[in-house]
Amino acid sequence: MKEERIIIIGNGVAGITTARHLRKRSNCRITVISSESKHFFSRTALMYIYMGHMKYEHTKPYSDDFWEKNRIELLQARVDEIQPNEKQLKLADGETLSYDKLVIATGSKTATYGWKGLELEGVQGLYSLHDLQQMEINTKGIQNAVVVGGGLIGVEMAEMLHSRGIHVKFLVREDRFWGSVLPKEEGELIGNHLISEGIELRYQTELDEIIGEGKVQTIKTKSGETINCDFVGICTGVKPNVDFLRNSALEIDKGILVDEYLQTNLPDIYAAGDCAQLRNARKGRKAIEAVWYVGKMMGEVLGATLAGSPTKYNPGHWFNSAKFFQIEYQTYGEVPANLSSGQASLYWQASQKEKALRVVYESESRKLIGIHAFGIRLSHPQCDSWLKTGIQMSELINELPKANFDPEFYENPFPEVQQTFSRQLKEPQL
Amino acid sequence: MKVNSSIAIANGPPVSMNTLQKIGAAMGTFGLLIVLISATSFDFPNPALWLTIALTAMAGGIVIYSKGLYDHKSAGIQNDGVWLKSSSNRGLIAWMSGIALTVFYILLYFYPQTLGLREGDNVGIISLFDPLSKLLSGNPASQWFIYGALYTLCIAFFGVKFFWKYRHNRYQKLRTISVVFFQTAFAFLIPEFMSRLNSESFALPYYDLKNIWPLNYYNFYGYRVDEFISAGSIGTALLIFGILSILVITPILTYFYGKRWYCSWVCGCGGLAETAGDPYRHLSDKSLFAWKVERWVIHLVLVFVVLMTSAVIYSFLHDDPSKYWLGPDAFLMGMVGILILVFGLVWFFRRDELKKDVKIAAPAALIVILGLVGIHYLFDQRLFLFDPYKLREWYGFLIGAVFSGVIGVGFYPLLGSRVWCRFGCPMAAILGMQQRFFSRFRITTNGGQCISCGNCSTYCEMGIDVKAYAQKGQNIVRSSCVGCGICSAVCPRGVLKLENKEDTGASRYDSNPITFGNGEVKLNP
Ligand SMILES: Cc1cc2nc3c(=O)[nH]c(=O)nc-3n(C[C@H](O)[C@H](O)[C@H](O)COP(=O)(O)OP(=O)(O)OC[C@H]3O[C@@H](n4cnc5c(N)ncnc54)[C@H](O)[C@@H]3O)c2cc1C
Ligand code: SF4
Ligand code: SF4
Repeated sequence: MKEERIIIIGNGVAGITTARHLRKRSNCRITVISSESKHFFSRTALMYIYMGHMKYEHTKPYSDDFWEKNRIELLQARVDEIQPNEKQLKLADGETLSYDKLVIATGSKTATYGWKGLELEGVQGLYSLHDLQQMEINTKGIQNAVVVGGGLIGVEMAEMLHSRGIHVKFLVREDRFWGSVLPKEEGELIGNHLISEGIELRYQTELDEIIGEGKVQTIKTKSGETINCDFVGICTGVKPNVDFLRNSALEIDKGILVDEYLQTNLPDIYAAGDCAQLRNARKGRKAIEAVWYVGKMMGEVLGATLAGSPTKYNPGHWFNSAKFFQIEYQTYGEVPANLSSGQASLYWQASQKEKALRVVYESESRKLIGIHAFGIRLSHPQCDSWLKTGIQMSELINELPKANFDPEFYENPFPEVQQTFSRQLKEPQL
Repeated sequence: MKVNSSIAIANGPPVSMNTLQKIGAAMGTFGLLIVLISATSFDFPNPALWLTIALTAMAGGIVIYSKGLYDHKSAGIQNDGVWLKSSSNRGLIAWMSGIALTVFYILLYFYPQTLGLREGDNVGIISLFDPLSKLLSGNPASQWFIYGALYTLCIAFFGVKFFWKYRHNRYQKLRTISVVFFQTAFAFLIPEFMSRLNSESFALPYYDLKNIWPLNYYNFYGYRVDEFISAGSIGTALLIFGILSILVITPILTYFYGKRWYCSWVCGCGGLAETAGDPYRHLSDKSLFAWKVERWVIHLVLVFVVLMTSAVIYSFLHDDPSKYWLGPDAFLMGMVGILILVFGLVWFFRRDELKKDVKIAAPAALIVILGLVGIHYLFDQRLFLFDPYKLREWYGFLIGAVFSGVIGVGFYPLLGSRVWCRFGCPMAAILGMQQRFFSRFRITTNGGQCISCGNCSTYCEMGIDVKAYAQKGQNIVRSSCVGCGICSAVCPRGVLKLENKEDTGASRYDSNPITFGNGEVKLNP
């Protein structure tokens, strides 16, 4: 019998986790095709390369001999087209490869919104290694930069530029930092931190147009203000990198539509990671979640499915983390920017330090639905188990110190948090 | 509010120095220059004054430089530009400093007369340090006094720099205070003061109490044991303390806290690595090959030091049996007993956790040692076949001088700061074995939060690929981990926590290959 061949497009965390877990369970032939780099690297670490904390090779999660040892073939090439009827794909150099099963894990790309001047030199997003190289060139010797879009990549880009002494004007659409995700107090906490670091934050400011001759010189905001700059970072989000599949028979909305087994509408074709869009997302979770962990979890699921044990994607409670300059952030469960009806929250913020903690619960049952922290490390297993059991607020307040994951000898904020929360819980809910 | 314009490093990577850094560097260089000029046997008119100027300039230079480096930055991780600077990325500056340090060590160990050591009045650098030595112990300086003084100065003032760098992190701050304290008090001042107590009839050996055998490989050499014994009850107490240090104190503390209590809180080698060596910590080799070399070399050094010390002790007990309370055969049997006990404990309780090569190498080492003892008794051959004093000489040269000094510190800027601690130190080998098998210490991984960014592995001075564990959701239980806590500090996602938890068995390092929270997936369905 001919050896089954599985081809994976994309060597990001989704594609590689699929390959690894498939290999743990199966002896089939695995080929990973990716255009960006030969080896898997951690996209989340791009900023650290620019800032000089690491070199590219340090960001590879596995050493270079891992692939041969695990018989995972790597092919650095670009896939131009998939031909599902023939069960084959076409590479940019014209070569065709046939597969038995195909995994599409092509990730995202920078989302832009049709602004004028995007093609100018010095205007770019940050997603790929190529973007990083571009940024190295575009920021050489410059003084002033504008970063558009107050999300996670935006703040990373601001920190990168800042580390090289480049003055950053940071345009944020909402009235606070990351207003679509963070509640007011937290958004302000981070905003003020960025300001204290020397970032010029512009709230409620949107990009209208980028102006320059060949190279960017100014931008115009929607309110008509012009800002001179040598660099514009576009960080207004990412979108699934699926354009090359648009005229195939694959069903695609924003991303490639997949069922709970991560299967597309076509037989033997699956999708995972940033490029996949769930037809039916679970309660409290989105159809596309462009984060590292989701790619990793989908890969684990898909590895099992491809190896013959069909497994549903069931990611459990949402979690995520980030770092805003010096402030670490971790979140578990649902902590919405604005509470919906039937939800209430308790919030503590240190008076001197940049630390905060919020819990969100159902007002009726007083059961926990989300917790996040700034400047305090929380234990993932602990928070997850509270979310699973739906712990009551009064009990949670007692137990809270169990979630402390700060390094030893750190000042313990929990007694104060507990006091504040107990007091707030007694106050009448608005 | 801080204003961004205070950072005068626009244009390119943050590698150029600001004004304060330049002043600091100039001061430090000036201090160093005074010392170097004295090496040309130039006689300073007032050595005490010039020495004070030199030491103050060096210390002040480091402090001012640190202020320039960190003060204008907000508290937090300060690794900007580490891989872009020549000094910390094995560039020209790194090579030059490496060569300079190496030359210094070679002169120190093998050509102290070039530093001005003389039978009568010292000259050169050593004479420059005479005033300080006389102040402390009443005796003229030796090359070792200079070494101790400079070493302590480095730990103390690069300690200030480190403290500044990690001012947001209490674990790092306390640890730094601790190493500075132990170096200054235990390694430098107390022994100097102790030798003040010495008289015609009473002489304690120079004893740094925290320097434990086998790191302090000469602690039980005959001349020292004689000195201990002849110093009456204080001396005997010190001798007993030296034995208890390794047999009782070390195992207890390592059980509760891991090897870090010593390696990154107390030890002088560790102290230098953590302070002066900190800018080079990321240079440690993370490859699997380096790990293999490490495991073999460090354990061979351990076997070497055990054999050498046993041979030396056996031979002086043997040569002069009337002098000592312990007979040579009883000693040898005791040693063999301890070895068998340790081996037995590991084999009995932790055999399943031993790697394949250890399962062969460890019994082989034991059999060779027992065999050598057997040959000695049965065939009346010399113990361990070699002249104990030759063994001692080789050990002192190869391990004591070349490995721990010339390579260990001289190569800081090229190989990283913990080469000796990782590949050579027999004390680290003992502590590490215990940490791996019988200790509460581990680095806990926080569920599924790791993003495989690689910061932890990059900044682990021991070359541990921390990320390889963290991204699997597995705790880190590695014999070489010195518990410096830097991996935890640099992790941008709050994934790593150094902990002493009660469970000491296999659950300490259970691995979970599926991301935490990923409900439906089972590895073995
Ligand atoms: C700067 C930055 C910081 C981030 N930080 C975080 C963070 O802190 N935490 C977090 O959870 N997430 C973070 N993310 C998001 C996270 O990195 C992504 O969600 C994740 O990497 C997506 O993985 P993936 O495998 O789906 O896709 P990708 O990593 O994008 O991999 C897809 C690969 O497929 C290749 N490819 C695409 N099309 C083709 C083709 N036609 N032919 C061949 N190859 C192709 C691409 O070149 C790419 O290499 C960050 C993202 C960025 C850009
Ligand atoms: S694993 Fe962490 S604590 Fe241990 S030596 Fe490495 S960096 Fe230090
Ligand atoms: S530094 Fe933290 S997030 Fe990065 S690889 Fe290490 S454990 Fe994972």
